[in-house]
Amino acid sequence: MTRKMWMRGTVAAVSAAAMLTLAACSSEQAPSGSSEETASGEEEMAEGDDVISIGFSQVGAESGWRAANTKSIQDTLTAENGFDLSFSDAQQKQENQIQAIRSYIAQGVDVIAFSPVVESGWDPVLQEAQAADIPVILTDRAVDSQDDTLYESFIGSDFVLEGEMAGEWAVEQYDGEGYKMVELQGTTGSAPAIDRKEGFAAAIEGSDIEVIDSQTGNFTRTEGKQVMEGFLQKYDDIDLVFAHNDDMGLGAIEAIEAAGMVPGEDIKIITIDAVKDGMQALADGKINYIVECNPLLGPDLAEIAQKVVAGEEVEKRIVVEDLAFDQEAAAEALPDRQY
Amino acid sequence: MREITRHALFWPVAALIALLVANTVYRPDFLAVTVLDGHLFGAPIDILRNAAPLMLVALGMTLVIATRGIDLSVGAVVAISGALSLSFIATSPDPGSVSTVLLAIAIALGVSLVLGVWNGFLVSVVGIQPIIATLILMTAGRGIAMLITEGQITTVTSAPFKTLGSGFWLGLPVATLVAGGVFLLVALLTRRTALGMLVESVGINPAASRLAGVKARTIVWTVFALSGLFSGLAGLILASNVMAADANNAGLFIELDAILAVVIGGTSLQGGKFSLSGTLVGVLIITTLTLTVTIVGISPLVTPLFKALVVIAVTLLQSPRIRETFAARARQRAARPEEVAA
Repeated sequence: MTRKMWMRGTVAAVSAAAMLTLAACSSEQAPSGSSEETASGEEEMAEGDDVISIGFSQVGAESGWRAANTKSIQDTLTAENGFDLSFSDAQQKQENQIQAIRSYIAQGVDVIAFSPVVESGWDPVLQEAQAADIPVILTDRAVDSQDDTLYESFIGSDFVLEGEMAGEWAVEQYDGEGYKMVELQGTTGSAPAIDRKEGFAAAIEGSDIEVIDSQTGNFTRTEGKQVMEGFLQKYDDIDLVFAHNDDMGLGAIEAIEAAGMVPGEDIKIITIDAVKDGMQALADGKINYIVECNPLLGPDLAEIAQKVVAGEEVEKRIVVEDLAFDQEAAAEALPDRQY
Repeated sequence: MREITRHALFWPVAALIALLVANTVYRPDFLAVTVLDGHLFGAPIDILRNAAPLMLVALGMTLVIATRGIDLSVGAVVAISGALSLSFIATSPDPGSVSTVLLAIAIALGVSLVLGVWNGFLVSVVGIQPIIATLILMTAGRGIAMLITEGQITTVTSAPFKTLGSGFWLGLPVATLVAGGVFLLVALLTRRTALGMLVESVGINPAASRLAGVKARTIVWTVFALSGLFSGLAGLILASNVMAADANNAGLFIELDAILAVVIGGTSLQGGKFSLSGTLVGVLIITTLTLTVTIVGISPLVTPLFKALVVIAVTLLQSPRIRETFAARARQRAARPEEVAA
């Protein structure tokens, strides 16, 4: 008897908790629900009433950038625009992505698109897709396969160029002052981390900016903050921080403020991505320069998917154009930013 | 001297000191603490502040492990707690008000407690093995946190909430004071009342303690509830630290760090006797290790290897068999010169 009552009590408590969570998420929906019109996506409305079924496997939701990227894809590949989107989140695991792609092959979708978590190990599953005659489109990140017939097109930013743009600005602004710089790298071994580091290093070569240390902050705020705290204990004379994404830069700002210094003045900060929080910090003067990495790949993906299904030729590599912002440009651009 | 080296905490403390010495070699004023803007500032303060969330999670874990259990869901509870509190503050009309923040904290802690009670219910009433029972919430919990934040990273600006993770009181980090307060409370409850002994008896032999009149089921239920509550508090501190709720990464693998801290501290995974001060040392070792990687400048490529080597060294030193082997060698070596002299 008492046991039953206990159980009843617990069930009630658990369902109360579930309701609380649900209440929290429905109230969350209000602000973000007011989604922007995806103007560019609308133009490419499918002429026929043939619906294109597309399976998309996303890396995860590790950063603000990724969230904006997901939103762009979900908002563009809608039923109104002639798509039937199956979306899956791989939570940063390659095996989840391979599984998702296999299930899309089994479902017989028209197009498979995905952002590979890592560069290598994709040949077998891509060959399966090819055998099933399903075209594959890569977004954001590339694969290092030798056989480039395995995918139709790769849509994404040029990470090396992003690093170069950041480095060139640093040289333009700070060369000749003997700046000492620390670098917050992205996830070890990931394409953006490798390429941005390489691009930046190439751009500052020959200048007197000296990279005194470089550690990974795993693209997250928490680790960015922790590593920056360590740097601040280790060196007294840091002048410049280059973070491979905004989130780590935002973490670094917290660490710099906690050390009693003014981010953007005592220590200059350059980051890449230009997500909303980053742009806000830039407009507030806490970051000095941000190179954009455009996450709005949805419209491009829609266009390429339509062309591929229609049997048209598409370019193997589509480079998304990236802008760059200094503090004034950020303050101007901020009100109209979609992400 | 022998007495000291035989003490259960000798090797963990020695490892901690070794780490601090290594840091000081690379950065001579590593241990220096200065006053900055009216609060203390320096690497030791950073360590104490960053150790707070892990300390809270590991405290709950110590009690759970002492009853022969294990709680894998702590990381998920951390994520849920952070997501709930920040989503609540973000949607409230006045994010900066103290009452909003207190309400958000209350909601997050309340739900965390309920999640802990759920684990306790599965283990003590339904009788599922702890590792499986808490695996359920470990997997489902991150999904729930993602639902709450809608897959986005929720960020807010709220001065009162920021105090919890980055604020200072009496010159010390608020997070450290909170974790320290909870530590003292648990220490008092378990060492000044019979509770600690009851927990140990359940861990050593649940059936015998039940026959002896100990309410084993209630004890198990309580420790899981506490573990949930403490994880919730850790989640609040982590979210407040960067003022962002990251459902994917907040508290990721913290369950493994917590279990490691408990084991380094000398509490056996087979349950029974537990050491809260041992867990404290374990937590400090793990947190110092993270900072050491930056200070010493370990390449990101070999960071996991470096951490693993330190952990292996500490656990090997604690193993009685290894220690006996070393002691025997030492005795032989000590004995030999005498033979020669004779």
